[in-house]
Amino acid sequence: MLSGYLVTVLITIGIYIILALSLNVITGYAGQISLGHAAFMGIGAYTSALLYTKAGFSFWPAFVLAGLVAGAVGAILAIPCLRVRDDFLAITTMGINFVIEAVFLYIPFFGAGMGIGGIDAPSLLGKELGKSAFLGLVLVTILLTIAADRWLARSWIGLGWAAIREDEQAAGAMGIDVVRFKVLAFTLGSAGAGLAGSLYAHFLTFIMPVNFGFAQSIVILSMVVFGGIGTLRGPIVGAIVLGALPEISRPAMEYRTLLYGILLLLLMRFQPDGILGDRSLVVRGSQRLLRSRRNVKATTDNGQLKTGQ
Amino acid sequence: MIWQQIANGIATGAVYALTTLGLTMIYGVLRVLHVAHAGVYALGAYAGVVAFRSSGSFWVSLVVAMAACALAGVLMERFLYAPLLHLPRIVPLIASIGLFIAMEEAFRIVAGPYALAYDAEIRFPSLALGPLRLSAPQSLIFTVTLLLLGLLWLLLSRSTVGLAMRATSMDADTTSSFGVNTRMIVTLNFAIGSALAGAAGALIGVYDNQVWPTMGSIPAYKCLAIVVLGGLGNIPGSVLASFLIGLAETLMIGIVAIPFPRDALAFVAMILVLMFRPHGLLGKG
Repeated sequence: MLSGYLVTVLITIGIYIILALSLNVITGYAGQISLGHAAFMGIGAYTSALLYTKAGFSFWPAFVLAGLVAGAVGAILAIPCLRVRDDFLAITTMGINFVIEAVFLYIPFFGAGMGIGGIDAPSLLGKELGKSAFLGLVLVTILLTIAADRWLARSWIGLGWAAIREDEQAAGAMGIDVVRFKVLAFTLGSAGAGLAGSLYAHFLTFIMPVNFGFAQSIVILSMVVFGGIGTLRGPIVGAIVLGALPEISRPAMEYRTLLYGILLLLLMRFQPDGILGDRSLVVRGSQRLLRSRRNVKATTDNGQLKTGQ
Repeated sequence: MIWQQIANGIATGAVYALTTLGLTMIYGVLRVLHVAHAGVYALGAYAGVVAFRSSGSFWVSLVVAMAACALAGVLMERFLYAPLLHLPRIVPLIASIGLFIAMEEAFRIVAGPYALAYDAEIRFPSLALGPLRLSAPQSLIFTVTLLLLGLLWLLLSRSTVGLAMRATSMDADTTSSFGVNTRMIVTLNFAIGSALAGAAGALIGVYDNQVWPTMGSIPAYKCLAIVVLGGLGNIPGSVLASFLIGLAETLMIGIVAIPFPRDALAFVAMILVLMFRPHGLLGKG
């Protein structure tokens, strides 16, 4: 059995993987910079917490509704985001994050500064899930997210997003409905964040506005960029490395945040594509390695062919 | 009472103006969202405290703060941003956030987590205009801001270097083809913008009589909102938006006592304005 501490760390990393993958849809595939992803995680967490503690819903419908509500709010907030681009979009999404955090913090219905407590772990067949079972639930959600990610990336939706990401005007001129694809990206990405938020709320059992602030958005975006934006492996590896970093660097507690900042800085300076991006050293190096091995194999094959003749 | 609030608003707006001005100048030539600008602002405050403790003069500490920040700005531009400019916008943005986090932590580790006093005695006449009275520190902030804005305006509009700076921010390639060393101009822009942030940090340090590691956290993001509100890269727009937000913030606390988060106001204003003017108040599309 895994120790309780390890399970807790793994669950946290797992939730970050879902967040990073969902942000990757918006920023990686559709190319729309979002600095406010934690707000949608917060919407999911608060939806789930309120439905559970005030409306008497059980976890499962609350979990699904958290995704739906976060997706719906994402779709609505995508509309102001459609009017702005690039740097304006980055700051608009940052602003949305600050405003949504302020709503949680100042409106008594959302528990204001005290947050919401008394959210229990989910139960299945009348039995409350233990930590290991909760980890299983997180893993299943990650697998579903990956499946959805693969399906989207390979469908014409993924192609549409790629076209918008590379050149929005050209995509529009080719007859791609830019507005619809952008709204779709924001909706799906936000829904994923909502599901992660619901898991987060039922894992921590209490939530506070500060959990969903701008700093959290930066953490999620850093994971996506760190691993390699626009790929499937990148956000997963980014979430694992940066999610484990606070635990690994526990001996250097005092310098933990400093290391984090310097790591981001150096990575962007020397590996701007992330550690596993398509143009990163690791990926290019392994491709070269594979290619040379294949070449060796090809020459020996040719050699055999010759001797056979 | 209301005049008191207006005086506070003017002082707040002046500090915002100094900070956002640097940010918008840097955006104008580099097209990067320089989040670490607020780290430079905090650096200015720390440099000011150190210089004040060893010299005992506020004016010396102000000059030292500006010089230290100008140097920091040049180093950032040369070693961090310049190699990243051809990459997608998100790369310099994340690098800047990383630098900002590292700077805040460096301040905490070097100078300690607690606030340092910056108790420069300000011998400065307090200004009065009818019922509007600015206290001595407020007058100082306002006067220094006006002075620096005036100098900047002279530089940009009346000198050859200023002409080159404006031309570079409009179209660097064409400017370069006219024989202007645009690399130098970009660096100069960064130095001046950072020096202004340093002045803002030193002034706010004296005004609040404290300097602490995360003093840049809120300005870092609020100033981005103000810059966008004014129109990214637009200098008069930034100044206008800074004073509007400074006044709105203090008046809202003083008069309408609604529990509205002060620091979210700039973002609400920005989002509302962007809905109708996607390039900000004075930005051109």
